Amino acid sequence: MQHQGKRPIGWMGIHRGHRAHPFEWLAEKGIFLVSLSAILMVLLIFVFVAREALPIVFGQMNSALVQPVIPPDEVDKHPPEKIREYLGLTKPQFAAMDKDTIRTLMEVHVEAQNEIPPHFRTDPDARANTTEWRYLVRPHQWTGYDQPSYIWQPVGQIHKYNIMPLIVGTLKTTCIGLLFAVPLAIGAAIYISQLARPRVREIIKPTIELLSGIPSVVVGFFALLVMATLLQQIFGYQTRLNAFVAGIALSFAVIPIVFSIAEDALTSVPRNYTQAALALGASRWQTAWQIVLPAALPGAFAAVVLGFGRAIGETMIILMVTSASEMSWSLFSGARSITATIAAEMGEVVRGGHHYRMLFLLGALLFAATFTTNMVAEVIMLRFKRRLEGKR
Amino acid sequence: MKTKLILAALLATATLAAHAAGSITVKGSDTMVILAQKWAEVYMGKHPDVKIQVTGGGTGTGFAALQDRKTDLCNASRKIKAKEIATCVAAFGGAKPTEYKVAVDGLSVYVNAENPVKELSLEQVEGIFTGKIKNWKDVGGNDAPIELYSRENSSGTYEFFKEHVLKGKDFAASAQTMQGTAIVLQSVAKEKNGIGYGGAAYGVGAKHLNIKPSASEPAVEPTEENVMKGVGGGAGYPIARYLYIYVNPALDKGDIAAYLSWVRSDEGQKVVKDVGYFPLPAQWRHK
Repeated sequence: MQHQGKRPIGWMGIHRGHRAHPFEWLAEKGIFLVSLSAILMVLLIFVFVAREALPIVFGQMNSALVQPVIPPDEVDKHPPEKIREYLGLTKPQFAAMDKDTIRTLMEVHVEAQNEIPPHFRTDPDARANTTEWRYLVRPHQWTGYDQPSYIWQPVGQIHKYNIMPLIVGTLKTTCIGLLFAVPLAIGAAIYISQLARPRVREIIKPTIELLSGIPSVVVGFFALLVMATLLQQIFGYQTRLNAFVAGIALSFAVIPIVFSIAEDALTSVPRNYTQAALALGASRWQTAWQIVLPAALPGAFAAVVLGFGRAIGETMIILMVTSASEMSWSLFSGARSITATIAAEMGEVVRGGHHYRMLFLLGALLFAATFTTNMVAEVIMLRFKRRLEGKR
Repeated sequence: MKTKLILAALLATATLAAHAAGSITVKGSDTMVILAQKWAEVYMGKHPDVKIQVTGGGTGTGFAALQDRKTDLCNASRKIKAKEIATCVAAFGGAKPTEYKVAVDGLSVYVNAENPVKELSLEQVEGIFTGKIKNWKDVGGNDAPIELYSRENSSGTYEFFKEHVLKGKDFAASAQTMQGTAIVLQSVAKEKNGIGYGGAAYGVGAKHLNIKPSASEPAVEPTEENVMKGVGGGAGYPIARYLYIYVNPALDKGDIAAYLSWVRSDEGQKVVKDVGYFPLPAQWRHK
């Protein structure tokens, strides 16, 4: 035997000790393909979202209300390429059209410009391309406003696409949701896994996990009609539907996720850690807090990160409870999240138009945000694990 | 046996073909879904050979489907936009989509039932929704801040209100955008300083306001008679609009044309009234 002790592990583990059964081999390949297709799918979705958003990123869209007009009679005076760009057509579309169609299209363009109400024609904002980055992220002095402001009002004569209110709204609701959910969920997980009697555990654990089975639209509806009124009566704030209510409602969706993962992590801490601590005279509480929780920290951290992902991606609850695109850091004012904006506005946008692309840009931003947090979390978790194992 | 089978198969294909011939798909405005479904129901009851399929999704979605020929008719709670006409022209080979006015809708302004304010001028409504007027005492009510309830910007109702009541100005950023008239109404019923707008609807705890076309004119109630006067541009209820159906002119024949003329006939307009909208004035009806 030339390989005593160390067996060669061939490509994808085919020569692992015994000869693989053909069916096993097939199953292994099948699973590999499925996981590969999952990765491919994520990649494809990202490519699709990014592709639709790219024209905005590179400033190729023009959302100005007042645009130059070429009279239909002058169609022959311009090169065809210029007419094609003016009409916003693709090359094959343009090639397939006869003269009459192009003429009709040009007439439609002229009509559209003539339809603009006169008081907008003189407005400097009507000539601005509002999809430029400076309009997207920095406050602008719009006509009719007292001061430069962040405005998200995509529908109307002048399309205002400032994304800051949406980012602030998303952060507000997500933070409130997590601030509320994480201590509760981790606390419950410690209690259930370390302190509770088995009888109590058998009742409470499935009950909390049952929470995740409630459809978010039901949570949203409940929050909109019942919780909002109740919380307003307790705290006495001005706006009934605000980021605070949305955050609390959001925590209903986050708690079960954080709880069940943290509970798993705490339960899987080796029994001898606990036994050693108890034998040395620590109380149950000291054991749970100082021995088990630190040992389960990577798992608990993973739970929080997943909870964050759930909170930032949740749509329905926030959409139903509050959706005022207000630029305000106050917890008791309205908020509009990125997800809610996409969900609510996608149905009505002109396909391929600037509003459509703007929503895809928001989607890409969200994707990038969750991707980065997950990545950072992974790195931090690795560090935790190394420290626990004594490798610095 | 064999012949029987063949006969059955032939029969099946024949019915399928007949189905395809008499089938109309309708897509578009969410506001109009209930109305369109009722129309389809009544019409199919009278013409069992025609099958009508109605879905919502929003006016913009409807236009997108119309261009892609995924729907025969498009319900619209606003007029088609120039950009949408342009894409239709490109897709239809030079023809613009045909527009039919099919019903009239009056938008009401709602406040909480306990609010002492009974009427507002159009200008005051504009001031309130743009955020210029922030307290009820400025329009003759209690000393309390105004809480705004608006609709999602994807709704035709939102656009109509923005163009015609706010004259193209922006809604105040603090306005909550709600998913439908029913939720606007519910929120206003629960918020005693709230104000909202939406199609004609009724709810416990909320009431509609009478609107003065200008500060000097008397307030008008959104009754059928007043809405009809207002939509024609006369001195009636000032916040009124038409609802439309758009169709590719190449398809506007046979069953589809028959259905469209029925919708605009006295019989079709009776359905409009049953659903809660206002029927077309005589000049737009199909005789």
